[in-house]
Amino acid sequence: MKFVDEFRDAAVIGKAVEEIRRLADSGRHYRFMEVCGGHTHAIYRFGLKDLLPENIELIHGPGCPVCVLPMGRIDDGLAIAQEAGVIFTAFGDMMRVPGTHGSPLEHKARGVDVRIVYSPADALRLAELNPDRHVMFFAIGFETTAPSTALTLMRAKARGIRNFSVFCNHVTIIPGIRAILDSPDMRIDAFLGPGHVSTVIGCRPYEWIARNEHKPIVVSGFEPLDILQSVLMLLRQLGAGEARVENQYKRVTPWEGNRAALRAIGEVFELRNYFEWRGMGFISQSALRVRDSYADWDAERLFSVPGIRVTDPKAAQCGEVLKGVLKPAQCKLFGNECTPEHPVGALMVSSEGSCAAYHNYEHRKSLTNIAVPAVKGES
Amino acid sequence: MSAAAPRLRFRDTQIEMAHGAGGKASRRLVEGLIAPLLLGGASEPLGDAAHVAFGNARIAITADSFVVKPLRFPGGSIGDLAVNGTVNDLAVSGAKPEALVVTYVIEAGLPTETLEAEVRAMADAAARAGVAIVGGDTKVVEHGKADHLYITTAGIGLPLPGVALSPKSVRPGDVVILSGPVGDHGITILLARGELDIVADLSSDTRSVFPFVEALAANVAPGLRWMRDPTRGGAATSLNELARDSGLCIALQEDGIPVRDAVRGACELLGLDPLQIANEGQFLAVVAPEYANQAIDVLHGAGCADAVVIGEVRAQPAGTVLGTTGYGGTRVIDMLVGDPLPRIC
Repeated sequence: MKFVDEFRDAAVIGKAVEEIRRLADSGRHYRFMEVCGGHTHAIYRFGLKDLLPENIELIHGPGCPVCVLPMGRIDDGLAIAQEAGVIFTAFGDMMRVPGTHGSPLEHKARGVDVRIVYSPADALRLAELNPDRHVMFFAIGFETTAPSTALTLMRAKARGIRNFSVFCNHVTIIPGIRAILDSPDMRIDAFLGPGHVSTVIGCRPYEWIARNEHKPIVVSGFEPLDILQSVLMLLRQLGAGEARVENQYKRVTPWEGNRAALRAIGEVFELRNYFEWRGMGFISQSALRVRDSYADWDAERLFSVPGIRVTDPKAAQCGEVLKGVLKPAQCKLFGNECTPEHPVGALMVSSEGSCAAYHNYEHRKSLTNIAVPAVKGES
Repeated sequence: MSAAAPRLRFRDTQIEMAHGAGGKASRRLVEGLIAPLLLGGASEPLGDAAHVAFGNARIAITADSFVVKPLRFPGGSIGDLAVNGTVNDLAVSGAKPEALVVTYVIEAGLPTETLEAEVRAMADAAARAGVAIVGGDTKVVEHGKADHLYITTAGIGLPLPGVALSPKSVRPGDVVILSGPVGDHGITILLARGELDIVADLSSDTRSVFPFVEALAANVAPGLRWMRDPTRGGAATSLNELARDSGLCIALQEDGIPVRDAVRGACELLGLDPLQIANEGQFLAVVAPEYANQAIDVLHGAGCADAVVIGEVRAQPAGTVLGTTGYGGTRVIDMLVGDPLPRIC
């Protein structure tokens, strides 16, 4: 498959791994944070940790939108879902996220009209098909998904579709990274930058990390070779004593980002003064809300939202795992009370959450190489 | 009433779609609630069909319900599934399918034309599979109380001589064979619903696998240890059940697992794993290593052209399915959790 197979080629990957082993200083321990949950998922799914030398440690960052969403917001969204005539729509990975009284899916089983959509445009189409209902889209995501929510709201306004609204939980990546760097227990040598967010915001917004914090950052793609190449680029910078922003994901991410997408975000959304991130607390200027000019499509204004705040279960150490202070398996609940099937914390829900990724792909694994006997018929 | 009440381990307070998805939740429902109450203390791992003795005779018996949406899709329809699904459950339990009975649950308002098409599809599929449909029942429910049409089939078969299949007979060193590309059925259904705006040239793999099972039984019966048709939950779920029931590790070479480009593409876009997607015309077999080459030859000769060895059985880590990529990374391949694609069969 084009744009996939060439980034999973065994020979090329072998060379990258060799080069990483050659460049990594064996007397040094490297801590690289992959900001984006998509990277976390790929690292586990492709077994990349097996390929890296032991002194390169990958720390999973806060870039999983489902994971950083506080439970109170889910409760608020589900409160709206239970109002008469409302259809609750969201992406599939929201569906098993636990609220205080169960996940969206559990509400669906009880008869609440909850539907999975693959894009906010699908939710808007649902509103057009059901003029006697109100379709609410539970919007989550970083700058990656915010433009499609914005464009959908612009379309709803242009077409005068009034039975549609957005419950906005969009967050912005830079304040999240800043909060991680400000955390006193944080020791990170360099960053793998989020490739998909950067297709929208570009690479410039990371320059302060290099300039002020003197940490290299490489905006990375999501295939095995992308991630290994980015690790290699970080090692090269560290070896040369440099701290720069580099773009490994040039085939997708332009340095300047996507101006049209940024314009759409600016048209529809403005920054909230502060927003709560799960496990990290309130972070100022870290989330988006719907502008006054789109108030008629803002679920937070159309419905009375309870504004529920829920403290995370005390025993769950999501915050520490989210900041990379603890490994998933070091949490007291990991694998017994908290599993992908019955998640306590959100890191266990989304396939991009570090706990779910670790549980699905790494847990129970013993690092033995598998040799399949050569049998005729093998491709 | 002296027997102690069976202890139930099913703690979920309500039934959700995931309990029907064929993955972990389904297994918990069956093993934690249904089996303890209906099967008593039976400790044998649950297979695709039960083999029971009546006097000197042994028969295989199974039942399956079909609730697929939409009713028709590229490569088949609910009628095809209703025949092939039950035929395949019998076949992979090591039996020759002999007879089916069928029940239709029909929503009032269903066009007769639609029902007739599905009855005809069943007659054709049964003729192709060489199995007789010998009876059945129809029920009609109010409009809105069912989704068009549900079909249940039950089947009996006769155990194939010399074939004894059980996860307990699987040994380290055994070889895992897959009959052909995975994920065709599930992705076809997903695309047929038209919700995704993805167009791909793909059709369901629904077919009877009995001819291939019969060929294996005739040629490599002593080496045949275990078979399963990986329907809901996909190959990952079937192999995890094998790993658990045998207490062994199933080690797969991921690059050797056949997946069509259209299926891979859709899975990459949607974040799905082809190994967790349903199939309706494939099977997995575990054979003793000394029979592996012959088994592949036999399958190719029987028209199962894509049959391939995808891995082997190991002792450790017990109860686990592992996948190794072409470049040497290893991952755990888990059972399906939740339900990405409801009502695919």
